[in-house]
Amino acid sequence: MAENNESREVLLHRLQVCDFILVELNEYLDTHPDDLEAIRCFEKHRAMRETAAEAYTRRYGPITIHDPAATQGNQWRWVEGPWPWDMEKEGI
Amino acid sequence: MWVYQKKLQYPIKIARPNAALAKVIISQFGGPDGEMGAATRYLSQRFSAPNNDMKGVLTDIGTEELAHIEMICTLIHQLTRNLTIDEIKKSGFDTYFVDHTTGLYPADASGNPFTAATLQSTGDAITDLNEDLAAEQKARLTYDNILRLADDPDVRDVIKFLRAREIVHYQRFGEANHTDLSRFYPLWAAAHRGCLRYLWLVPPQT
Repeated sequence: MAENNESREVLLHRLQVCDFILVELNEYLDTHPDDLEAIRCFEKHRAMRETAAEAYTRRYGPITIHDPAATQGNQWRWVEGPWPWDMEKEGI
Repeated sequence: MWVYQKKLQYPIKIARPNAALAKVIISQFGGPDGEMGAATRYLSQRFSAPNNDMKGVLTDIGTEELAHIEMICTLIHQLTRNLTIDEIKKSGFDTYFVDHTTGLYPADASGNPFTAATLQSTGDAITDLNEDLAAEQKARLTYDNILRLADDPDVRDVIKFLRAREIVHYQRFGEANHTDLSRFYPLWAAAHRGCLRYLWLVPPQT
């Protein structure tokens, strides 16, 4: 699949986009619970989010401790970097 | 409870360190209208919310504010990396550096530590929601002021995202204030619909 060639940054950005849409729709639906178009849109992006999270975590490690990638054989992979605030290339 | 996601809500990659900018942006971490105050305010107020809509709005926006704390801290962390002592002195960051080095300490731009004295949780839904509307505008103004002071495009991009979120949250709190609370506060709801005549002629119902 094409995603095999995609960088960490691209896959992460796709996940961030999906999650942002879900946050925005979540808050909107809290005050518009009867908006069916918004509910359908939420469901659509929830599915896209699942695909994006799977693609990211398979290659670049877990996003939450619930992801299968949090462990690998006898390894605890959760603590491995980069953490979200790290500047990757400068090693700070 | 919460589950941590090991990613930022919005990408942050600051190419050029800038301690002077970090010194003003820190106000949105621990300042009077900062993200720590926002998260603390909403996640405290939700326990006295009278209906499920308001419980949802306060929980979900409060949760997003936690992610904004992380974004502001990331901005400051990246803006203060690899500084020389000369840069620290010249930028005015020395007054922060002497106490905290480049660690993240919740304070305002003048160095006052974070305090819950700048927020309220009253146990009254209308009072709390109106405080929340004001809080979102105050945070929006702080971001506008940061945009007046910041010329780094990497920083401005992130600040513009956070500023936009204040406006969306203001909208959501306004909706929570106007809709479902009518059952609890009939007079208030009537006044908001512009039904002044109704207000004076018909006694409020419980």
